[in-house]
Amino acid sequence: MKVECEGNTYEFEKPMQASRLLEQLSLSRETHLVVVNSRLVTEDHKIDRDDEVKLIRVVSGG
Amino acid sequence: MKCRVCGKPANINLRSYKTSLCEDDFIAFLEKRVSTTIKKYRLIDETDTPIVAVSGGKDSLSLWYMMNGLGYASDGIYVDLGIEGYSGRSLEKIRQMADILQRKVYIFHVRNALQEGIDSVAKVIRRPTCSACGTIKRYIMNRICIDKGYTVLVTGHNLDDEASALFGNVLYWKKEYLWKKNVVLEGKEDHLVKKIKPFFLCSEREIAAYAIMKGIDYIYEECPFSKDAKTLVYKGILNRIEESSPGTKIMFVKGYLNVVKEKGDEKEGDREGRYCLQCGYPTFSDKCSFCRLLDKFGTGCSVEFDQYG
Repeated sequence: MKVECEGNTYEFEKPMQASRLLEQLSLSRETHLVVVNSRLVTEDHKIDRDDEVKLIRVVSGG
Repeated sequence: MKCRVCGKPANINLRSYKTSLCEDDFIAFLEKRVSTTIKKYRLIDETDTPIVAVSGGKDSLSLWYMMNGLGYASDGIYVDLGIEGYSGRSLEKIRQMADILQRKVYIFHVRNALQEGIDSVAKVIRRPTCSACGTIKRYIMNRICIDKGYTVLVTGHNLDDEASALFGNVLYWKKEYLWKKNVVLEGKEDHLVKKIKPFFLCSEREIAAYAIMKGIDYIYEECPFSKDAKTLVYKGILNRIEESSPGTKIMFVKGYLNVVKEKGDEKEGDREGRYCLQCGYPTFSDKCSFCRLLDKFGTGCSVEFDQYG
């Protein structure tokens, strides 16, 4: 699966749960939302190998 | 995870509310919370004409979109700080939203008024960029309301903004700021417009989710001057606490509001307010900090707005 996050792109071979993906990238579910094929998903959603994933950072400064 | 309302697959898990919701039910849930906040704290009267302070980010664009959707017809005001690339990209997102909402947006260009961008302005007056930005924004957003007849200024401050500011004020015991935060900041005669924060009890995560679900095209990149902001450090700490104890942020802010309410009219010796002799803005000296800024740049009292839409 192709994962975009804050300007970087990552590739993962195996399907995995959204929560596992966040863990792999050391991200918190409080600070990042997981969007799979343009739909927001919960932590228990299983991401397939062909899915397109975006991790959206929700924290802004100022 | 299933939606607690309809049983369809959930799109968001709200641990602080011990619930998970699908897109439709989450949108209804968040809009209801904002609508309830507006009514409970009497933020907007039927006779009011609100204007939303927009930056191009998720909070302000979602708020502008939601306000109009909830029946509070609102225009927008944008302060273009003249930050290379970033300000133009932000304005583009704002124009797109103005087109969608069929509302107008006023634009104040710092470079037109002061012939410099915010970073140079800050250097000249020897203040941090965020401090100079705050002075200009507070003044201009009030000024647009006075000049154009808007009765309420609506800002996109969210639960995380309020919790992190409160955390910082408590950490350093900044008594001068500690008890001044609220969902509504009342106006002062004809000089200071009423300010309201309908997203006070909505988290950044919830607002970002709303923006994604509604397809709101906002600017993802951060203001280049906010990278080292202490607010981000405080938000990081609070989010780590939230991760292990869901609901902490909302309890912190709601608890604060309760204490403010209990304190009631117990005011802490405010300095006597005066008005700027040049423009009438509330100040503690003869001239407000914005007019002093204009003087410093030799540009006189020229505050002009572009209009789009």
